[in-house]
Amino acid sequence: MTLDIFNEKGTPLEKQEFTWRELVQTPTSKLDDDAFTRVRIILMNGLESEALRFSHATARMMNGAFRLPLAQVRRVEQHQQTMVNWLLPADLSPLETTIGFEQVAIEVTASVALREPDEYLAQVYRFGLLEDFDHLYRFSALMDRVMGADANNIIQNYSDIMPGRPTIVEHRAPEDNLREHYNAMTADPLTKLHALTITAAENQTHDYYMTIGPMFADPIARQLYAEIASIEEQHTTQYESLLDPNETPLEKWLMHEAMEVYNYFGCMQYETNPRIKQIWERFVDYELGHLHMVMDLMKQIEKRDPAELLPPTLPEPIEYVSHRQFVRETLNREVDLRAAGTSFIHKDEEPDRAPLSIAYRDQMNSEGSPSEVVAAGYTWTPGTELVEKRSAFAKGAS
Amino acid sequence: MSTAAKMTGNRTGMQTSPELAEELIEGATNATPSSQGDAQDIADYRGEYIAEGFPIGSLPTVPVSEEGEADEDELGMAVFLDKLSERLAYERTGTRLYEALLNKCETLGETTPGPTLEEIEHIGREEMEHFLLLNETIAELGGDPTLQSPSADVAGVTSLGIMQVLTDPRSSMAHCLQAMLTAELTDNDGWQLLIKLAENLGYNELTTQFETALEHEEEHLQNVRTWLSECVLDSAEA
Repeated sequence: MTLDIFNEKGTPLEKQEFTWRELVQTPTSKLDDDAFTRVRIILMNGLESEALRFSHATARMMNGAFRLPLAQVRRVEQHQQTMVNWLLPADLSPLETTIGFEQVAIEVTASVALREPDEYLAQVYRFGLLEDFDHLYRFSALMDRVMGADANNIIQNYSDIMPGRPTIVEHRAPEDNLREHYNAMTADPLTKLHALTITAAENQTHDYYMTIGPMFADPIARQLYAEIASIEEQHTTQYESLLDPNETPLEKWLMHEAMEVYNYFGCMQYETNPRIKQIWERFVDYELGHLHMVMDLMKQIEKRDPAELLPPTLPEPIEYVSHRQFVRETLNREVDLRAAGTSFIHKDEEPDRAPLSIAYRDQMNSEGSPSEVVAAGYTWTPGTELVEKRSAFAKGAS
Repeated sequence: MSTAAKMTGNRTGMQTSPELAEELIEGATNATPSSQGDAQDIADYRGEYIAEGFPIGSLPTVPVSEEGEADEDELGMAVFLDKLSERLAYERTGTRLYEALLNKCETLGETTPGPTLEEIEHIGREEMEHFLLLNETIAELGGDPTLQSPSADVAGVTSLGIMQVLTDPRSSMAHCLQAMLTAELTDNDGWQLLIKLAENLGYNELTTQFETALEHEEEHLQNVRTWLSECVLDSAEA
């Protein structure tokens, strides 16, 4: 299935309307809906959150002509984000939602890494993927050991729950978190769509952890969220540095809208819940409306043809499937990679080539490591590690 | 009272600052609501969503008869598995709750009145054994012990507050015992219901095993109730 984004005009902005009742629909089922429906909801919430973030930042830096169109589109995207995010049910606890966020970071990033035409960017995605993969394991240990619950009720067998690149060694100096950006003049459009998608997802993950971290009473949970939120901030720094800073603000806006069309269209193709699929279909049309509005602005203001930047039809969508084999192969091959400047090196080279990261990491971990403590000796076991009687009460149990 | 509590005091009541309180009351009393009605309007809104009829989730599936249609026994079994899953989730979380209580008692030190470390370990061990019994029972009945049934999910939501109290380093032993009393009251009733369901479905051996578990739970409840009562009464005399 393809979408001709130049001929499909979507819903005009003035026809994009909501009511409060419509925004707040009965949510999805934590128990019955497929895990990838939740993955898509979390991802698209992240993308709409990025739409608002980008729009506000742009409105504060661009000349007056852009303020009104940005505000007009922003109002709709605010409500799109609401309708999407409110599809998460209340019985999905903050920690369970966290497990969902990490599944997004694993499966969506894996799909992107596999499809990415630029080998350097593909390497960047694989590098980040192994870190989020480790976060899933640490949060699963927290869930088992503090809540007494099983992360696989959320994951539904699609993703592995085991250590990745240990979170304790993921802490890096800013000098080692920036990457080379793509060249906007020569990059494949898919490269741009990928970079924007993953930046948006990681930024929202950071913001979510910063919001919910203090909601936990347990000090180990509070410390773990503090630690992993810090990595998500690094990831946001890493991924946003992939975006070419030489793109004009209007060019960036155009690519944001194209990225939203691309992702809603992908969600629509994979969605298994008919009620949610209708929402994705509706928002493909809304985003096409936004995209055409920005295309017109580009023609009027920059006198540029958007066809120079956009593909005639959308590339194949992100695959909402398990990437277990790819992730395992990447883990085997690249778990010992570290960053030095914008390059990736073996961990043995780190003392010489990334001394600032080592110093920073040593300082942060000098009073203990929450990610190590929470998962001390932890092996995920179906249901809970209590099945294997791994508990303070094991002694004397029959 | 700790030094920190003495320094700040509790500022939540209106009598903390009577003059500000008077102004607050005056302002609220003189204001006019922007819409007519009362709290019933909220119920009407909620009712619309209830009427849509979406469930939290589906009951556990059970092996279907050859005819392909669920008969009365199969529906009974689905409900039984749902409640077994709920109890399993509760005992699994209960084990972690008693680990947290043990942690609290180890750190603060045993006090009289209050539970000893050994008494907490005894209850925690039994909670874990109950979890293992349920895990095995569900598997033997052909169910999936890793499945989170609707009742298990709801039990998880209900007990989130208990977990927050137990894992909060600032909560006192009495706070924790109050929270555990809520857990143990529910647990006792939960086992009683499981026994009735097992009896109705003709699982005599299970009924006996569950009755033993209920005896343990009755002892847990009695102990927690006594420790809490003694702790609170003792603090009132101090």
